Amino acid sequence: MPEDADLDLPLIAARALAYSRGDETIFGPLDFAVRPGETLVLEGANGAGKTTLIRVLAGLMPPSAGTIEWRGEPIDTLEPDPGRIAMLGHQLGLKADLTPRENLRFRIALGGIRGGITAAAALKSVGLEGYEDTTVRTLSAGQRKRTALAALLMTPTWVWLLDEPYANLDREGQVLVDRMLEAHALRGGATILTSHGLVHPSIARVATRALGVPA
Amino acid sequence: MNALTLWFHKLGSPPYFYRFAGRLLPWLYGASIALAAPALWLGLFRAPADYLQGESVRILYIHVPCAWMSLFAYLAMAGAGFVALVWRIKLAELIAMAAAPVGAAFTFVTLVTGSLWGRPTWGTYWVWDARLTSELVLLFLYFGVIGLYRAFDDPRRGARAACLLALIGVVNLPVVHYSVVWWNTLHQAQSVSLMSGSSIHPSMLVPLLLMALATHVWFFASVFARARIATLEQEAGKEWVRELARAGSTA
Amino acid sequence: MKAGSTASAFVAVLRRDLVVFWRHRSDALNPLVFALIVVTMFPLSLGPESQRLAPIAGGVTFVTVVLASLLSLDALFRSDAEDGSLDLLVTSGQPLALIAAARLLAHWLGTGLPLTLAGPLFATLLGLPYAAAATLAGALALGTPLLSLIGGACAALTVGLRRSGILLALLVLPLTLPVLIFGAGAVEAAASGATVQVPLLFLAAGLALALPLAPLACAAAIRLNVS
Repeated sequence: MPEDADLDLPLIAARALAYSRGDETIFGPLDFAVRPGETLVLEGANGAGKTTLIRVLAGLMPPSAGTIEWRGEPIDTLEPDPGRIAMLGHQLGLKADLTPRENLRFRIALGGIRGGITAAAALKSVGLEGYEDTTVRTLSAGQRKRTALAALLMTPTWVWLLDEPYANLDREGQVLVDRMLEAHALRGGATILTSHGLVHPSIARVATRALGVPA
Repeated sequence: MNALTLWFHKLGSPPYFYRFAGRLLPWLYGASIALAAPALWLGLFRAPADYLQGESVRILYIHVPCAWMSLFAYLAMAGAGFVALVWRIKLAELIAMAAAPVGAAFTFVTLVTGSLWGRPTWGTYWVWDARLTSELVLLFLYFGVIGLYRAFDDPRRGARAACLLALIGVVNLPVVHYSVVWWNTLHQAQSVSLMSGSSIHPSMLVPLLLMALATHVWFFASVFARARIATLEQEAGKEWVRELARAGSTA
Repeated sequence: MKAGSTASAFVAVLRRDLVVFWRHRSDALNPLVFALIVVTMFPLSLGPESQRLAPIAGGVTFVTVVLASLLSLDALFRSDAEDGSLDLLVTSGQPLALIAAARLLAHWLGTGLPLTLAGPLFATLLGLPYAAAATLAGALALGTPLLSLIGGACAALTVGLRRSGILLALLVLPLTLPVLIFGAGAVEAAASGATVQVPLLFLAAGLALALPLAPLACAAAIRLNVS
């Protein structure tokens, strides 16, 4: 992650962003911008379109209207760059037949690694010490989530898009997520995360803003 | 933006397309019948019989135009598919998906007429000659496109997937055709062409070309008719469709 | 190789697929066993006389290889679609066509290559003259990558569908008929002493065409199904 982030320029912004399937409006039009160091919480009831919004921001789905801007430029005019966005969705993107260490090694080869961290250190910091070399298939849902968080910890990306990051985690795990969000913000990164109404108490501490997604 | 571009944009709007196609349809059907009737009369009654095959050669007036159409339909489907994928135009998706069953039907008629033609000529209903085998593979390709389209819950995604398949198929089409021709030359013993030994007499050309034109016009009529219905289905909840239904029920 | 570069991504996808494949290596034998069973069906149905089997040996082997390579196609992208890896690959910022190419290469290494090596053996069981066995091996070496390429593009199209096994076969088989025609034709030519260059060159040309195009089609299909 480059160190000279211009703190005034929003990393990622949505301008009149909307998505509809057929006649049904899933969300929008929405306007928001997230600057380095900010954490935006998307609140809304189940089915309000938060997951769709995350997927549109990640570039998986094209918006029906509006644009996404990256540091002021419309994102579809820019060259694809692995260092921009990391997404953690409902499905974790882990291969069940590989071990956490192997999964992380794959992620590093695919998208690079942040300076100052190693796969082993990442796994240790999420509390998976001792489980690095058992296949993901044998891990519990919480442990798999932690593996995915370790992968997130290593990515050299500016913006994190997290869909329900607290799901499947115990109290300790939730604190872990809070710590990660804080550290990411301190490094100059930005986060957009979804939470369905039951906002974790410590989110208030890390979140700079909340945005309600109208259903 | 000049008038033509403007008109194209308007055409993309479902209610406009529905009305436009609706006005055009009777003319298209009419023209196609107006072309087919003299073509068939000339072909079936006035053109000379073949000195080798006798009267059965007359089936070529249906077989050959249908064969041409089966290919043209695939190209049209792939073309519309390309437009649908690159510019994400809903109407292009509908047209491509409407062209598939019409093309498949033409292919089927080609195969059936080819088989019927073969009976008196070769003595059997089916021979694996290059052209018929090629047509059969084309039918498989059509089935693939239609099958893929129907398999999706979301019709728009299904249409786009089917359009991509059509594009893959269109690249493959010359390959398939040439490979079948080559295969036929490899196995010399069975290479019998339906037209071997006959030459096209000029008076056969006129009904043939008229019929070709008629089938082209029929193709467009058929595709527009299907696309109109598909438009209604897709826009089912919208106001303009409800207006139509109301107007229709009081008529 | 720099981590996060395109080359490292290609190698990483290839390596990951091969490791996963290796962890299920008992499944890997399935296409081979299937092919052997199908080959056995022919003498059982037609009688064991070599005059009957030898002329069709090349063709039967080729048909069997085409059908066997279909078996592992359905699963090609499915597990990635289910566990979110496909989303990861699409959002990775790496060229999706190259990643697809790595996947297709892994499929060929796991399915196509074993079938290529086993093919001449099966054909010999059916009585193919040894002179034609080398041509069969060559035709399979050119044809099986084509099967992986074309099959992979179609697998990417059907990745989101439930129970898509038969549909996938219906899509792939017509597109692979030229491979069958030229491949079996080459063997036929070799067995009868005719020139084998033409069909083999056509296979090679087809491969040269499919190598850049199929991954692109794959990537387009993946993007379509992910959105």
